[in-house]
Amino acid sequence: MIRRPLRPLARVLSARAEGSDPDLIEAEERAARLAQRHREERRKAETRLMLLGAVFILGFTAVGARMTLLSAAVPVEPRGSAGSEPIHAQRADIVDRDGAVLATNIVTASLYAQPRDLIDPANAARQLAGIFPDLDAGDLTRKFTDGRKFLWIKRTISPEQRQRVHDIGEPGLLFGPREVRLYPNGAVAAHILGGAGFGREGVGAAEIVGTAGVERQMDSRLRDPAEVDTPLRLSIDLDAQVALEEVLAKGMADMNARGAVGILMEADTGQIRALASLPDFDPNLRPAPPVSGDPADSPLFNRAAQGRYELGSAFKPLTAALAIERGEVTPHTMIDTKGPMKWGRYTIHDFHDYGDRLSVEDILVHSSNIGAARLAIGSGAAAQKAFLGRVGMLAPVPVELSEAARTTPMLPRNWSDLSTMTIGFGHGIAVTPLHLATAYAALANGGLLVHPSILASDWRPGEADRVISARTSAETREMLRQVVARGTANIADIPGYDVAGKTGTADKPLPQGGYARDKTISTFASFFPADHPEYVLVVSLDEPVTIINKTAFRTAGLTAVPVAAKAIERLAPVLGLRPEYPPADPGRTADGGKSPERAASLYTLAGND
Amino acid sequence: MRTVLYLSAVVLLAVCATWAYRVNYATQDALNRAADLRADIAEEREALGVLKAEWAYLNRPDRLRALVTANAEALGLVDLTPEQFGEVSEVAFPPPPPPEAEGAETGAAPPAGPAPAAAHRRAALATNGAIE
Repeated sequence: MIRRPLRPLARVLSARAEGSDPDLIEAEERAARLAQRHREERRKAETRLMLLGAVFILGFTAVGARMTLLSAAVPVEPRGSAGSEPIHAQRADIVDRDGAVLATNIVTASLYAQPRDLIDPANAARQLAGIFPDLDAGDLTRKFTDGRKFLWIKRTISPEQRQRVHDIGEPGLLFGPREVRLYPNGAVAAHILGGAGFGREGVGAAEIVGTAGVERQMDSRLRDPAEVDTPLRLSIDLDAQVALEEVLAKGMADMNARGAVGILMEADTGQIRALASLPDFDPNLRPAPPVSGDPADSPLFNRAAQGRYELGSAFKPLTAALAIERGEVTPHTMIDTKGPMKWGRYTIHDFHDYGDRLSVEDILVHSSNIGAARLAIGSGAAAQKAFLGRVGMLAPVPVELSEAARTTPMLPRNWSDLSTMTIGFGHGIAVTPLHLATAYAALANGGLLVHPSILASDWRPGEADRVISARTSAETREMLRQVVARGTANIADIPGYDVAGKTGTADKPLPQGGYARDKTISTFASFFPADHPEYVLVVSLDEPVTIINKTAFRTAGLTAVPVAAKAIERLAPVLGLRPEYPPADPGRTADGGKSPERAASLYTLAGND
Repeated sequence: MRTVLYLSAVVLLAVCATWAYRVNYATQDALNRAADLRADIAEEREALGVLKAEWAYLNRPDRLRALVTANAEALGLVDLTPEQFGEVSEVAFPPPPPPEAEGAETGAAPPAGPAPAAAHRRAALATNGAIE
């Protein structure tokens, strides 16, 4: 740049010549210079401002664009932090005590349609009806064309069906993944497992919810993501369960019964090794609950946990144990059994006249109602109620089956002396077979009340759970051994296993009141071996009848006991229980018990029990 | 001097940028691989679940019962009964090895003794029962 002087010589000279002040020229030049500098600075500042503005605009644009992108984008989980394994199943398996699978999940597909995407709805409907026989082509066509946007066609389909639907080549038919519950053993242990169905459903997944049994009771445990990899271990022994179900099914057919219950429980711990209620069902195809008729006739009805029955003489050991525990009698005390016994308007009969007096042991052996009533009234209503409460007869069984928790025993409204006497021989109180098994476990194991449980655990009852003394328990065991050795249950006298137990035959109550004359519940509650019981077995038959010499018998001694005997013979070896023969007994054969004496005793058996 | 400083800063920047760029992509590759492996594991687990279910289904008691009945002649399996429990004393001891074969054939199994036929059969039954 050419520097302009403040006092240009030419102008100063000419100004001097003209006589004006040359300083003015200098001031002029200075002003011009200042103006020039101002102009430059302004331009610079403007540029700077523009630049700053541009930066801000760029910055805001970037932030805005990022926000737009974020709000429009599909959310993605941060991948780096996911260190755990992916969840592969949404519900834990259920296994038996040895780890055999009872319930597991498999992945199948569900089939749904988006009718707007269907190219040829009529053809699709026709082909679908060909693949699924339960679908109707006309109905499907109507649903495809009535303007709806979404339609479930099948909740679960098999891989073969999926391939065939795929082969239709219709873009509007879509599959969603579905996990379904599979019970590989079919109907085995159906009443324990219950079943599972779908809860909330979406296209991508559906939650599995337990509908009954242990599936429902333990639903939150089975669905807990933290425990989904640990199978739920039951106390059930699959081999024993299968054996029990087989024997019961055969017994039910032989005895023409409507239903059958079998409960096998560890006497010391209350762990249920097998529990069967027939008729049963396949939990894979759980039938819909009945909407009419008696729910107890449905195969879904769990007779072991839900069925409340007056179990009859099977209660007598409780009456006797209470009397012995209170020190009122010993097993050899003679009790007046002269009948019929009158109490107010009510008369108590025995089936046969057993004479005027029987020992407490013989009251059980011959199953005398009068004797049991006398024992019960001797103990009194309050003591009886308290004792039954202690052995768990007055509350639902605390077993982990959803049905059991809803089943409260039916008790007399007014626990009068008459109720006390009838309850003494098992009438006027209705409990489930599980209640009876629990009480028998306490009678047998030395007097400790167990928590009946379907889940495998190491729990054992302690002294705090004592309901009767060890001595009373031992005496009760010996008396019940005599019932099998020489009383109403002698068919169950299996060599080697020292079975002890008590029969019970109760007339079924009619819906309109009163009792049926030809419909009974026959029960045999037992434990074995008698002197150190390992297992309690309760077998109960609903309306059994067996024909011997053209005469129909319904008593437990001829119906429930033979079935229970078969069950023990079959179950004990499966459970690894070794038969123990008395050293002097040479008769180590299967028909050791079938003496001529037994045939002769049939008539006696058919009597009271 | 200042120029050298600027230049080295620019070079450092370029190096850092390249390093960050590479690490970024390496991380993404690793993440993708981990995701793939997880998917594979999930698939394998699912397959394992199906196999387990199938194993349980093939071993269901009524099928085994049917198979045992169908192959009763070949297998001879029967239900476990109390009679099948034997005593150790019922099993005959093998006879002492013949004195002339001492030391020479220690690896050879001792020949089966003349066990009572009944005990032998019971032992066989017990084995069968245990398998069933």
